[in-house]
Amino acid sequence: MNDNKDRSDYKQPQSCHPQDVKENKKSGSGFWKELVRGIIISNPVFILILGLCPVLAITNSISNAFGMGAGVIFVLLCSNVLISSIRKATPSMVRIPVFIVVIATFVTILNLVFEAYLPPLYESLGIYLALVVVNCIILGRAEAFASKNPVLLSIADAIGTGIGFTISIIIISFIRETMGTGKMELFGRQLFSVPGLSAHPLIFFISPPGAFLVIGIMMALLRLVGVMKNE
Amino acid sequence: MNNLLTIFVSMVIINNMVLAKFLGLCSFFGISKKLSNAFSMGIAMTLVMLLASVSTSVIYNYILVPYKVEFMKIVIYILIIASLVQITEIIIRRTNINLYNALGIYLPLITVNCIVLAIALINSTENYTVLESIVNALGAGVGYTLVIIMMSGIREKLDLADSPKSMRGLPVAFLVAALLALAFVGFNGII
Repeated sequence: MNDNKDRSDYKQPQSCHPQDVKENKKSGSGFWKELVRGIIISNPVFILILGLCPVLAITNSISNAFGMGAGVIFVLLCSNVLISSIRKATPSMVRIPVFIVVIATFVTILNLVFEAYLPPLYESLGIYLALVVVNCIILGRAEAFASKNPVLLSIADAIGTGIGFTISIIIISFIRETMGTGKMELFGRQLFSVPGLSAHPLIFFISPPGAFLVIGIMMALLRLVGVMKNE
Repeated sequence: MNNLLTIFVSMVIINNMVLAKFLGLCSFFGISKKLSNAFSMGIAMTLVMLLASVSTSVIYNYILVPYKVEFMKIVIYILIIASLVQITEIIIRRTNINLYNALGIYLPLITVNCIVLAIALINSTENYTVLESIVNALGAGVGYTLVIIMMSGIREKLDLADSPKSMRGLPVAFLVAALLALAFVGFNGII
């Protein structure tokens, strides 16, 4: 899982040199730059290929994707803020355990909140909600960004990366749910149904093999149009 | 006994951690390029999973449940797993330097591998006893090893194939995984 994290560290110097960040801090443009970078230039799912497990597992319905996206944004934001605020007090020897404990605390809060107020979503996300704690996006951002940058920029980074993640899983779940059920339901309300396809849905797409196929083809297409680099 | 066998078989092929539950995908795609590496990774993974599952289920059944602090399990499990991986790494380095070099970077990466935490969490949500947890972890480990070996065998051959340029590497590996997963869906009716 962390070979991907290393890759995100490697990407770091291209997009945010520490010097650039310092220059932009006063003008306020650094905030928006970090925000947009997380959404597009270093989109965690399609460009960096981080945190794949939830991406494949919960994209069988768009409601799950919204729930998971909200959860990841919450944990990412809270952990980035806290880690960035304590970055000067954290000895670098024990920084990874500190990050993990901070993230695990917020994931516990997230689980308890979902269990209490959104029981249907909690049921359908199941174990994957607790597994946000080992999602490499969150630890990756903590290590590569929040531990080196001031609080405001870390907020921008968290929101950007979180929205980038959410948009990606919404796109994938949109494809899988429309193909797999022939209709689109958002939290119990039906949005539209595709004539013909809803009578004979391609169940393959909401089954596990369909997830691999959709993501594989999307990656190949992104490479074909040049968004992603070939190996 | 029957119950244990059911747990084992279901973990190895029906609820396979990688292909049916999508857990541990990063290491699955990252390390399946060479057969020998894949095999060592599978063994290391099974070992850590067994240790983690024994210790977390003992702590869950005899400490967390009696004192009613089950909600702390995520924090406690991740700390146990992280320290276990550290200890395993030190022991392997001291006793078998060749194995240590072969495993290389993969051993510390197991800490953040979702399978290990997932097994610990499944053990506690299903209220498995310590023995059932061990069998559960063993099944998951064998399933992971089986799938990563199959995948690396295919990918070694795939490197020689003349696939379209934009499909090379990860995308084609995903398509192979889709076909493997499709084969594993066929086991669904066994139990």
